[in-house]
Amino acid sequence: MQKDFLELIRRASCDLPADVIRVIKQGRNAEAKGSPSRSALDDVLENCDLASRTSRPICQDTGTNIWYVHHPRSVSQAALTRDIIAATRKATKLAYLRPNAVDSITGKNSGDNTGPGAPVIHFHEWSKKSLVADLMLKGGGSENVSAQYSLPNGAIGAGRDLEGIRRSVVDAVFNAQGKGCGPGIIGVGVGGDRATSMIEAKEQLFRLVNDKNPDPVLAKLEKTLLAQCNELGIGPMGFGGSTTVLGVKIGARHRLPASFFVSIAYLCWAARRASVSIAGGRATYSQISQQAMKYKLPAVAARKGR
Amino acid sequence: MIRIDLPVLEKDIRKLKVGDEVSLHGTIVTARDAAHKLMVEEWPKFVEPLIKNGAIYHCGPVMKKTGKSWKAVAAGPTTSIREEPYEAAVMDHYKVRLIIGKGGMGPKTLKACKDVGAVYLHAIGGAAPLLADTVVRTKAVHLLDKLGVPEAFWEFEVDGFKGIVTMDSKGKSLHANLLRQSKKKRDAIIGI
Ligand code: SF4
Repeated sequence: MQKDFLELIRRASCDLPADVIRVIKQGRNAEAKGSPSRSALDDVLENCDLASRTSRPICQDTGTNIWYVHHPRSVSQAALTRDIIAATRKATKLAYLRPNAVDSITGKNSGDNTGPGAPVIHFHEWSKKSLVADLMLKGGGSENVSAQYSLPNGAIGAGRDLEGIRRSVVDAVFNAQGKGCGPGIIGVGVGGDRATSMIEAKEQLFRLVNDKNPDPVLAKLEKTLLAQCNELGIGPMGFGGSTTVLGVKIGARHRLPASFFVSIAYLCWAARRASVSIAGGRATYSQISQQAMKYKLPAVAARKGR
Repeated sequence: MIRIDLPVLEKDIRKLKVGDEVSLHGTIVTARDAAHKLMVEEWPKFVEPLIKNGAIYHCGPVMKKTGKSWKAVAAGPTTSIREEPYEAAVMDHYKVRLIIGKGGMGPKTLKACKDVGAVYLHAIGGAAPLLADTVVRTKAVHLLDKLGVPEAFWEFEVDGFKGIVTMDSKGKSLHANLLRQSKKKRDAIIGI
């Protein structure tokens, strides 16, 4: 499966998903004519077109490589891991990925994007016969402005309720300013422990930007937060304007009675994700991940997806 | 769009103001963390002709070598604020007229823009192939063995490298402004 995984990495690095392009275009049209914000988004769109046409990385920071592999019982996880690592090394050689994995203690770059904890691989066994791998490349600038709140939080008057979640998200987006290469997509994980709360937030980022949360309470909060984050006026790159975030996606997990975490995973406009489904030795590529399938997809995307 | 040819005169840089869109033509030199540390510790002489009345670019490019020449494959800006402790001294020592990066810088650099006669130019974060394609020639590379590809001093000849002035020589900073304005909005939206 090495070859298919390599192609998956190439697609993730060089082709921004159509749903992301679409909301960036909408944002571009919403910015004032002749404004730096509009021209920034024009450049972003031109850049994506160029990257796709020339098979070059959309951004030189090819990020943390996050894999979700859904596999049938017959497939060995050890073998999958070996294939993913081999594909990662090859992709680095071919410059689809920048050497991006650094030993935290010695400061030495491994040179091939592999090492302890790199790439990040999550496995899920399922009853289907096919294998589906989802991949996201999450940039460092946007990771640095991600945040986690432990509620209650006195500074922003956030209690352990929907209102507290709302305040945490608005505050995190405010704190990020333009530093995470906005406009960003905001993944929110509520509950869990500190680790799984952030994992939930990141899994939310696999959703299509324009999908709908089937939980009506969360769907309403997502809509409110999208509008309110944009009211902050930070704009693309922090140049000012109405396009501060492109989407807000919220998921919740059970928590301990003692804890209430709200994790905010900020994803830059370079929201690189791709998916491959492998059945009977044949690979089919898609921009709609398995994670996204659990949500209500817009009609057009759903038709194209399969 | 305002055209700036490098090297540039102080008086021309002082005319630029926050919000101006600029296209650069001439030589810009990359320097990021290790390069800045080295400059303030050793004040190397070789750097002077490269950036005097010129531009420093916060960038760790992806480069490709074919034969003897280097080509920029992806060369977008990196986060500038990491150089805040060093930049003012570097600008003053070498008389740098443009600092290019992303995310903006702090009060020390803003003051240096005023004192030295310089601006901060914000390039489009993430637009790596687009910006790399404005590099028409890699003129030279300095300290490549010592610093490695992303950290070395790369001399890029650019033609039409685009950016937006977000900090000017009159003491204005778009970043400081937006922080103030969005803080008011945040307080209103959160209700505190
Ligand atoms: S935050 Fe995203 S767009 Fe910005 S430099 Fe990092 S990966 Fe690129």
